[in-house]
Amino acid sequence: MNDSETIAIPEATIPVGGALVKRHRLSTRIWHWTNALALLVLFMSGLMIFNAYPRLHWGDIGSIHDRAWLEIGGDDKRGYLKLGDSELPTTGVLGHWRNAEGEVKTRAFPSWATIPSRFSLPLARNWHLAFAWVLSIGLTLYMLRSLFNGHVRKDLHIRRAEWSPRHIWHDIKDHARLRFPTGAAALNYNILQKLSYIGVIFVLLPLMIATGLSMSPGMNAAMPWLPELFGGRQSARSMHFIASFLLLGFFFVHMMMVLLAGPFNEVRSIITGWYRLPVAQEAAE
Amino acid sequence: MNKLILPRRRFLGGLALGAGGLALGGCDAIAENEALVATIRKADRLTYHAQRTLVDRQALAQEFSKADLSPTFRANGSTTVNTPEYQQHAREKFANWQLKIGGLVAKPQSFNMLQLLQMPAREQITRHDCVEGWSAIGQWRGTPLALILKAAELSSRARFLVFHCADTLNGLPYYESIDLVDAFHPQTILAWSMNGQMLPVAHGAPLRLRVERLLGYKHAKYVNRIEAVTSFAGIYQGNGGYWEDVSDYEYYGGI
Repeated sequence: MNDSETIAIPEATIPVGGALVKRHRLSTRIWHWTNALALLVLFMSGLMIFNAYPRLHWGDIGSIHDRAWLEIGGDDKRGYLKLGDSELPTTGVLGHWRNAEGEVKTRAFPSWATIPSRFSLPLARNWHLAFAWVLSIGLTLYMLRSLFNGHVRKDLHIRRAEWSPRHIWHDIKDHARLRFPTGAAALNYNILQKLSYIGVIFVLLPLMIATGLSMSPGMNAAMPWLPELFGGRQSARSMHFIASFLLLGFFFVHMMMVLLAGPFNEVRSIITGWYRLPVAQEAAE
Repeated sequence: MNKLILPRRRFLGGLALGAGGLALGGCDAIAENEALVATIRKADRLTYHAQRTLVDRQALAQEFSKADLSPTFRANGSTTVNTPEYQQHAREKFANWQLKIGGLVAKPQSFNMLQLLQMPAREQITRHDCVEGWSAIGQWRGTPLALILKAAELSSRARFLVFHCADTLNGLPYYESIDLVDAFHPQTILAWSMNGQMLPVAHGAPLRLRVERLLGYKHAKYVNRIEAVTSFAGIYQGNGGYWEDVSDYEYYGGI
């Protein structure tokens, strides 16, 4: 362990395993929940918007007359997901599924996954475009706040020693063995946590906003370079879709880690800020 | 601690097992709640004002080259007009089509196609973005709307232009409207030519509005009358357009 990784608190006050400590700042907690709600609404309404044209293209153009790299579709017999030339059967889940009343529907994403559950592009857009503001304003404020209150510098900044392959590999092994840090060490994010939080806050979420704005014809006039940065409006739409599923992936891993690390303590800390430092296993036994 | 998680696990299990109907009902109770929807729909105004404030009002939509043209430009919405009058116009190659302009103008008048074709024209290769998510690139040539507004002497009281169309969609007359920023924008034209040919029927012959910084549903086809107004009161259901009336699409189609 490198010394620079331990937090700078006088030795006498270093909290030990079992102690209840303040872990998450108010700004972090408020943003966490606002953002969680925004992403939930954006993801589910986004799936409905996708249902209106369930095909993805690269480049500037793309309609039913052009080749799609991804297509979800179905008819009265089956559902499928086409990736280039290969076709995956998705009957029962995508493109051909039954709604709560047992009727067969052939929309891409099923009603349990979309906002609203019925097919409505305008209502989905109403929700999506309203919460796009919540996401964007929330992220901007949180980024600014994190820069000024030291959250980025103290908690997310990756120190040089942490970049060493040995350190990263060590951390991966610890994760795989479900060995989580205890005592005061649990107050610091580890390298994998830092990378995923940085990836979400500074890469994926800004990418969602930028690719989303790339689909706005009004913004395109102001910033024609924006869709071009991604290779065209349809490329931006494809990347918006891919990034949304990467965020979904983050959500699942995030939930899994919360469950493994002790859901009560973790959920309490992100609601109230208070976190009980885990006790080393040997001591607990 | 386990006691705390168990009910949640059961709940999740219940969802997975198809008791989802109840949860869905709850989700829709929120997603379809009228007061809530009315609130989130205010984001449309926010987007409109943000774009009007932050974006150069004269900024041009991206223009492309002939090499970028869509091999096939998708036609959707109405692709023809099933009235004897329109079919007669089509047989006459629209030689007798009239474009009327009225409402809050000093000189209400009517243009025939020959007059429009003889006015200075603008040509542009632009990307058409449908609200559904697809895009196509086409070349358009037509009369700048600003010239028609100038000829008719638009009143200073006018705030919007309503485009009345010959077609009906699901039994209702199609119409759309735009504000004056978009109306006087240099790329806003009444197109009578597409990809070097006279505008095809499927794409709105003989006149289709091209308002390049807005989504496709704003690009009214089969236009036969322009009305300058201060508000949408008394015009169909009063929301400024067919799609805005029938299914809550955003009035501002710039996002």
